[in-house]
Amino acid sequence: MIKTDALIIGAGPTGLFTAHQLKLIGLNCEIVDNLDKIGGQCIELYPDKPIYDIPAIPECTGEELTNNLLEQLKPFNIKFHLGERVDELKKDNEKWNVKTSKGTVFETPNVIIAGGVGSFEPRKFSPKECEQFENKTILYSIKNKKIFDGKTVSIFGGGDSALDWALELSKTSKVNLIHRRDEFRAIQATVDKVKELSNDGKINLITNSQLKTVSGNGKLEEIEIENDNKETKKLKTDFALGFFGLIMQLGPIANWGLNLNKKTVEVDTEKFETNQKGIYAVGDICNYPGKLKLILSGFHEGALAARACFKLARPNEKYRFEFTTSSKTIQNRLGVKSD
Amino acid sequence: MAKITYIENNGKSHSVDVADGLTVMEGAVQNNIPGIDADCGGGMACATCHVYVKDEWFDKINKKSEGEDDMIDQAYEPKKSSRLSCQIQVSSEIDGLEVHLPEKQI
Repeated sequence: MIKTDALIIGAGPTGLFTAHQLKLIGLNCEIVDNLDKIGGQCIELYPDKPIYDIPAIPECTGEELTNNLLEQLKPFNIKFHLGERVDELKKDNEKWNVKTSKGTVFETPNVIIAGGVGSFEPRKFSPKECEQFENKTILYSIKNKKIFDGKTVSIFGGGDSALDWALELSKTSKVNLIHRRDEFRAIQATVDKVKELSNDGKINLITNSQLKTVSGNGKLEEIEIENDNKETKKLKTDFALGFFGLIMQLGPIANWGLNLNKKTVEVDTEKFETNQKGIYAVGDICNYPGKLKLILSGFHEGALAARACFKLARPNEKYRFEFTTSSKTIQNRLGVKSD
Repeated sequence: MAKITYIENNGKSHSVDVADGLTVMEGAVQNNIPGIDADCGGGMACATCHVYVKDEWFDKINKKSEGEDDMIDQAYEPKKSSRLSCQIQVSSEIDGLEVHLPEKQI
């Protein structure tokens, strides 16, 4: 069990800056994120898109913003738990007991949800029949490619993941590659290679078609696809793989007894605390009258939530407001030389 | 100004007046029309403002943006008639536009 003054859920810009604020006032914290990388939406959705409304930074991309925030966090040794989703949150006396999808357990008086629009999860096939085969013969990511050796694999999607796996698996498996239109969003060299293998009969490329239904006894045996003219076609297959990108879902947060408003969490504007003591929400995921979904608002919210954490983490001490320009204590924490 | 009708998957329809210069997505969000999530706020970085536009309107609205189809690939049940409503510009020329909402966005 990991004991910490505060646990931050979400490693996007708001989560990162909130960590900075916690460390400045002398609290320790750890960060959990379901993605396998730091940066949240900035990295996953728009790493190359310029942002123009970060105070004092006329223009930067999502990636640059993330890197700058990490640079700012450098003096502090923050532990990140990436690729883990927070699944359970339970009150244990005055503390929160938090458990992730990988089984990591935290005990903390403060949980700060900086979860953006929720956690990123793969988009799944829409036919309901697919559920029974999920994680067995219908997959949305590949952990061990050996299981496909000598099998028939039907890959759906038109991006890099779909095409890269079609190329890779075509060496050892029979591959059907199915996409809803005849243009692909993968890089051109990959698209050219797929078309070449398709012409050579090494990949069965089917465009303008989508999955209609699946069937099988215990394991997937057959898929039925439908083209734009509503003509259907059945294909024998051992596996179906879907690569339709990531969607954002509130996920387990919805089950923690918090006051929700659509996909956001209601908070007060003094501590950014939810209806549960010691649970805060900051950034895009929080909601209050006048809420603006801007990165700069997330920074403000995180700074205030961090101060609120102090009271629960250090009940016998009094929080004293200090400036980074003049406080020797803060400068020591930052490891900078003070005069 | 244009009157835009949003028809939910269950058939329920909502008609609202939307000012020129806004997008069909903004028209829905500002009028609290259910079924348009618009998670990314119009950045064409998600596919949660997905709508279907029937043939008679499809060619009258502005053409798809570059990269829009790439995002539609990641939408729930994309069809030939799919558009992202954040990329449809509102003007008096599309007065009367009807868009159909998918069963869900995520």
